[in-house]
Amino acid sequence: MPRVLRSPYWPLHLMLLPGLILVLIYSYGPMVGIVIAFQKFMPAKGGLFASDWTGLANFRYVLDLPDSIRVLKNTVVIAAFKIIVGFVVPIVVSLLLNEVRKELFKRSVQTLIYLPHFLSWIILGGILIDVLSPSSGIVNQFLGWFGIDSIYFLGDNSWFRPVLVISDVWKEFGFNTIVYLAALTSINPSLYEAAIVDGAGRWKQTLHVTLPGMMPIIVLTMTLAMGNVLNAGFDQVFNLYSPQVYETGDIIDTFVYRIGLVDAQYGVATAVGLFKSVVSLAFISASYYLAYRFANYRIF
Amino acid sequence: MVERYTLGRKIFVGANYTALTVLSLLCLVPLIHVLAVSFSSSEAATAGLVKLWPVDFTLSSYEFVLAKPAFLKSIGVTLVRVAIGLTVNMVLTVLVAYPLSKEPGKFPYRTAYVWVFVLTILFSGGLIPQYMIVKYTGIMDSIWALVLPGAVPVFNVVLLLNFFRGLPRELEEAAFIDGAGHWRTLWRIMVPLSLPALATLTLFATVGHWNSWFDGLIFMNSPDHYPLQSYLQTVVINRDLSLVSSADMKSLAEVSDRTAKAAQIFLGALPILLVYPFLQRFFMKGIVLGSVKE
Repeated sequence: MPRVLRSPYWPLHLMLLPGLILVLIYSYGPMVGIVIAFQKFMPAKGGLFASDWTGLANFRYVLDLPDSIRVLKNTVVIAAFKIIVGFVVPIVVSLLLNEVRKELFKRSVQTLIYLPHFLSWIILGGILIDVLSPSSGIVNQFLGWFGIDSIYFLGDNSWFRPVLVISDVWKEFGFNTIVYLAALTSINPSLYEAAIVDGAGRWKQTLHVTLPGMMPIIVLTMTLAMGNVLNAGFDQVFNLYSPQVYETGDIIDTFVYRIGLVDAQYGVATAVGLFKSVVSLAFISASYYLAYRFANYRIF
Repeated sequence: MVERYTLGRKIFVGANYTALTVLSLLCLVPLIHVLAVSFSSSEAATAGLVKLWPVDFTLSSYEFVLAKPAFLKSIGVTLVRVAIGLTVNMVLTVLVAYPLSKEPGKFPYRTAYVWVFVLTILFSGGLIPQYMIVKYTGIMDSIWALVLPGAVPVFNVVLLLNFFRGLPRELEEAAFIDGAGHWRTLWRIMVPLSLPALATLTLFATVGHWNSWFDGLIFMNSPDHYPLQSYLQTVVINRDLSLVSSADMKSLAEVSDRTAKAAQIFLGALPILLVYPFLQRFFMKGIVLGSVKE
């Protein structure tokens, strides 16, 4: 028998093999494909290395595009608002849920607020387009009763970002309460008893027992959320935006899609994508490091 | 626990229940509205008369949508995709998670392998290189383009390997003493003990495949091969008129665009709405299982 097969590890290597091959092709292959960013890439020439090398020309081109700064700014602003609002709302809601004593009511609320998380942005985008429509949408009808003029939420640059942030938080806030509710159940009940003996009311108990008990998980979600500063939400933006709102709603991912797959400027699009991947890597690594340092969190 | 409610407490409880009720309704009402529109007559929908209950109840939108060959075909593609994609995902998740759950002392290459997989969460080649690799591997326009690029769901692997590590080590050792190898230990001991975790991951993978739309849009050359969500993207969001046949055009005159869209939105969400109440518990467990570790 060859030496390799006598190794006690070979069944383990064998188990990893299919997954490893697929990851090497479809995750590491694209990393090699980053060379496209440094080429005048022509797919017709065949292969990743057949096109002419152009050094940093694609990056220079992107820097000169007037859209680039706008896209970067939109991405960071939209992502930042989503991170902050999407961070606060679930904490508040889980604290409110924690005060509910009627189990049935609590579970019904949970069922309903988790629901939007499981629907795709195609479904939710379709719903939003319908309810926010300036002509027949129910939201504008409602505003009409108060004498407010019809608002074109998805076509107006002053409304588009708020709509993105609110609808994203609406989709995810319920689901994101799960980790906090789990943390709340693990708080030692004797701490509350001690607080009551010391004369603390409900408010004081929340402030001095509940919140400190949730602190580790709050710190953890906050640091991990930092890794998303360039993720403004492609699925959502792509399904809600239109050329009218590029000014406030066009983000890096939609920009890459348009210049790359629509205009076929592969080299330029790859360069923009590379910029995003590198910056994201820095932020994600930093956030994982901080989560490890301050919340003792390890992903594996 | 019996509590004496002060006036302030009573006001707070009332306000709290009200706030939570409003929040819950905010998550439900848009869906109900779209459902009501889908069951209403075109005139009522176009005139904006529909609120939360159908006006001039009719099934014509559903008759129109369910008679569209493109719509039915896309459901077929999605079902195939879920079946193949889910099988590939689950088999690979189990096969990858087991070796990676070993202590470095038991499997010295473990740490190196873990990094190979985890690095793919931290860094990606980006959209264009991914597209090119799919092209070069010759799976463009086939169901494999929707399955292979995401074949190893690394997040699920991490969840499962943490679950494996939480199982009592004695069971595994006993199996080895009884002469079982790694394969037997995995399928006879680890997998049966991990059924709750595997159920959760199955749900994650199913919902993921059901909801994916972008890969179908870019990897499928002909709309014939679009899965449901990609198809819905083109008709509900994008209004791609090239996908509307002339026969459809005629019946569209009777069924308004709005009610037809509402019906398709609802049908696209229906499977998830149907299984959701039963799955909720699993999802909760799944999240907790990923976050609680020693």
